[in-house]
Amino acid sequence: MELDPLLLSRIQFAFVVSFHAIFPVFTIGLASYIALIYGLAFKTNNPKWERLGAFWTQVFAVVFGMGVVSGIVMSFQFGTNWSNFSLATANFLGPVLSYEVVTAFFLEAAFLGVLLFGRGKVPNGVHFFAALMVSIGTFISSFWILSANSWMQTPAGVEIRDGIYHVVDWSTAIFNESFWYRFAHMGMASFLTGGFVVAGVSAWFLIQKRDTELHRKALSMTLWLLLFLTPLQVFIGDLHGLNTLEHQPTKVAAMEGNWDTRKGAPLLLFAIPDQEQQTNHFEVGIPKLASFILTHDWDGELPGVKEKPPELQPNVPIVFWSFRVMVAMGLLMVLVSVIGLFLRRNRAYMHKRWYLQTLRLMTLSPFIAVLSGWFVTEVGRAPYLVYGQMTHAEGVTPSLTGGMALFTLIGYFLVYACVFAAGAYYLTRVIRTGTEGTEQHEDDKHRAKRPLSAAEASFD
Amino acid sequence: MSEPVFDLTYIWAGIIAFGVIMYVLMDGFDLGQGILFMFAPSDHDRDIMMNSVAPVWDGNETWLVLGGAGLLAAFPLVYSIFLPALYIGVFLLLAGLIFRGVAFEFRFKAHSSRYLWNWSFAIGSTVAAFAQGAVVGAYIQGFETENMRYVGGALDWLTPFTVLTGIGLVAGYALLGATWLIMKSEGSTQEWAYKLVKPLLAAVLVIFFAISIGTPFVDAFVADRWFDGISAIWLLPILGLASAFWIYRSVSQRREGTPFIATMALFVFTYLGLLASKWPYVVPPNYTLADAASAHESQLFLLIGLLFVIPIVLVYTAWTYWVFRGKVKADQGYH
Ligand code: HDD
Ligand code: HEM
Ligand code: HEM
Repeated sequence: MELDPLLLSRIQFAFVVSFHAIFPVFTIGLASYIALIYGLAFKTNNPKWERLGAFWTQVFAVVFGMGVVSGIVMSFQFGTNWSNFSLATANFLGPVLSYEVVTAFFLEAAFLGVLLFGRGKVPNGVHFFAALMVSIGTFISSFWILSANSWMQTPAGVEIRDGIYHVVDWSTAIFNESFWYRFAHMGMASFLTGGFVVAGVSAWFLIQKRDTELHRKALSMTLWLLLFLTPLQVFIGDLHGLNTLEHQPTKVAAMEGNWDTRKGAPLLLFAIPDQEQQTNHFEVGIPKLASFILTHDWDGELPGVKEKPPELQPNVPIVFWSFRVMVAMGLLMVLVSVIGLFLRRNRAYMHKRWYLQTLRLMTLSPFIAVLSGWFVTEVGRAPYLVYGQMTHAEGVTPSLTGGMALFTLIGYFLVYACVFAAGAYYLTRVIRTGTEGTEQHEDDKHRAKRPLSAAEASFD
Repeated sequence: MSEPVFDLTYIWAGIIAFGVIMYVLMDGFDLGQGILFMFAPSDHDRDIMMNSVAPVWDGNETWLVLGGAGLLAAFPLVYSIFLPALYIGVFLLLAGLIFRGVAFEFRFKAHSSRYLWNWSFAIGSTVAAFAQGAVVGAYIQGFETENMRYVGGALDWLTPFTVLTGIGLVAGYALLGATWLIMKSEGSTQEWAYKLVKPLLAAVLVIFFAISIGTPFVDAFVADRWFDGISAIWLLPILGLASAFWIYRSVSQRREGTPFIATMALFVFTYLGLLASKWPYVVPPNYTLADAASAHESQLFLLIGLLFVIPIVLVYTAWTYWVFRGKVKADQGYH
């Protein structure tokens, strides 16, 4: 069999970026949560919050470290596997991606050290300020990276001369048509990730009956937060979809599994899309609902995938099912949060074991939703790298052979498997050590100013 | 479009060149610890070696990321030819950096599995250093390009010449690492580091000499530059040799800080010599700095941000080194 460098590059990119993506959403959400906790500590002067903040800062340190390591790989992927694309888009993507690095650099340099190692050495107020700056920094970082990605979805503010993009209007390019929707949806996704992880871990401590007063407070607070944020995310997601309908109708058609352009399209709950025959099997749907959601008219017209010839269509089964998985996770999150509200009386939420166990399981849900969301976005963009203008095939590195791509794909897979196993294993140790293990150490001031050394737990 | 009032390309060339040498000097001495790691007499020495760079290594590595992103922004052609041409090498470099990075994180937390992290640190550092040295060699060799694209094969970069430059940089980083260790340690560890310097210096000189002999053969352009009449660039190797002598003398006199400074000087002169050999080509043999540059407005857009951030980063970096100045002890830092 002939190895296809294009396909292997796509798989490799999808793998490394998906691996990377799970850490940023976690760190962004957690950074805000930590800032909140240290804010409370600062305001109330209650050492409890200090303890909770210190615990989550340790978790943050580990996850942040993994985010950095996997991010370094990302910044070289564009050049190694997508060199034609890099060359063509560098005038816009170069500065934007550099600003991301510069922001991360700046943030890491100035405030991370204080957040991780400053406890007890700087006043509470300064510590809180550092936590706040770190969380703002993670948002600035995602601002740039999402701007880059959104520009690839809805290119704007540029013109092409001799095959090279030139920026004619920076603010149109940076704040392109899909940017704010994606930024809001992703920001919210980060909050939900942080929220469900905190809820799940607190629930676990409650099941273990460890430090219960503290974790009850944490859980209660988080459940209130989630009660508002989960429906908000569904709402933002809907707006995001409407915007996508305007700019990338074929992607929405694939999300809905709608092959033919038609009026009054049903909302499919189940189907097995068949790309070859350009149709669905075993359709189960609610009549006209898709048209209603997307056009606010029961008989509104929805575009079909077949408006594009087969070679310009995205992979419908992947987009269709990823979208359903994301939406299912979103609705499940709403449900779990609302049940939490009903369990408020007598603080039942902290006594009902089944609810605590559910919360534990729900820790996975935001990660699943985030990855499937990105799969919708990115696979739905295919075959384009820059939507409507440059395809994957045009962007791939011309000198790349199947063998080279396969070698590095396997290589990254092995490297990440090792790193991830070690990281995940260590993270569970940190969590098991718990909030009781966050007492201050005397000789902290000689410690390295780096992420993981903020964690106390032993590796083995 | 009107013509830009002034050309930023050379400012950017300066920034990138500065970033590269910052990276080489700073990550060089901490990669050096990894290269020497398994040769250290005891685990106690290894603790000291690691502690001596623990507070600063990831800041050092950020220069690499900045260099990568900066290249994409300012000289996209370099980015989009070097990375495909060095595809396998880049992978080795990144894999090496990942393994040594996580070793930093986990070694001090590990007990029974510590030996694994020792090897992970040592091998990762050595592979990363070798890959960087091979990149330098590949740059001297030049790249097969057509119409702004790399058209060579996957392993074109791997030749006897680049293997030599790879080994050269491993030895060079080891030398930087050893002189750094002299400055940061005392007692038996320092004694060991002192012993390393002269053999390493000899190795570096021999390899650098071989590279210098080899370079004009792999690239006629360089030969012309050096032998076409007497020019000022001969000053650079002379200064390099003077630095080597300075290292030798300061170690004989058992100075503590001077050997490290002298080694940095050796690196700087070698680096300048390399740049002078190729100027103004960035993607030899076909493309110059001007060919590789991105659009003026893109260079400007990023420059504005960097002008604010770089000074702050430099100040912060200096401050970190100041905070962690002085001798390192094995039990400081981690538990
Ligand atoms: C929405 C957020 C987001 C997304 C979609 C991405 N990243 Fe990221 N990245 C971050 C948010 C982030 C972050 C929160 O800022 C990180 C995570 C941990 C950290 O240190 O910063 C980070 C780290 C990080 C680093 C390490 C920086 C350092 O040395 O500290 C690099 C080089 C990249 N990223 C590059 C990329 C590239 C090339 C991406 C896409 C193709 C990408 N990231 C997707
Ligand atoms: C961090 C979250 C992200 C995830 C999980 C993600 C996921 C994916 C996936 C699954 C693909 C494969 C699509 C396919 O081949 O059919 C892909 C493609 C791609 N994405 Fe993303 N993406 C993310 C962010 C970004 C960002 C921020 C950028 C750019 C700035 C980007 C640039 C690309 C490019 C260039 C491709 C084309 C290569 C390919 O098709 O595999 N991605 N991404
Ligand atoms: C039921 C509610 C939801 C709806 C209607 C919805 C809608 C959408 C749509 C239409 C897209 C694709 C946009 C495009 O490609 O242009 C998308 C992408 C995405 N979704 Fe959702 N979503 C929902 C829930 C969630 C949840 C709960 C999460 C995570 C916690 C999430 C995370 C993401 C991510 C990370 C992306 C990719 C980035 C982006 O394009 O914004 N979504 N969502």
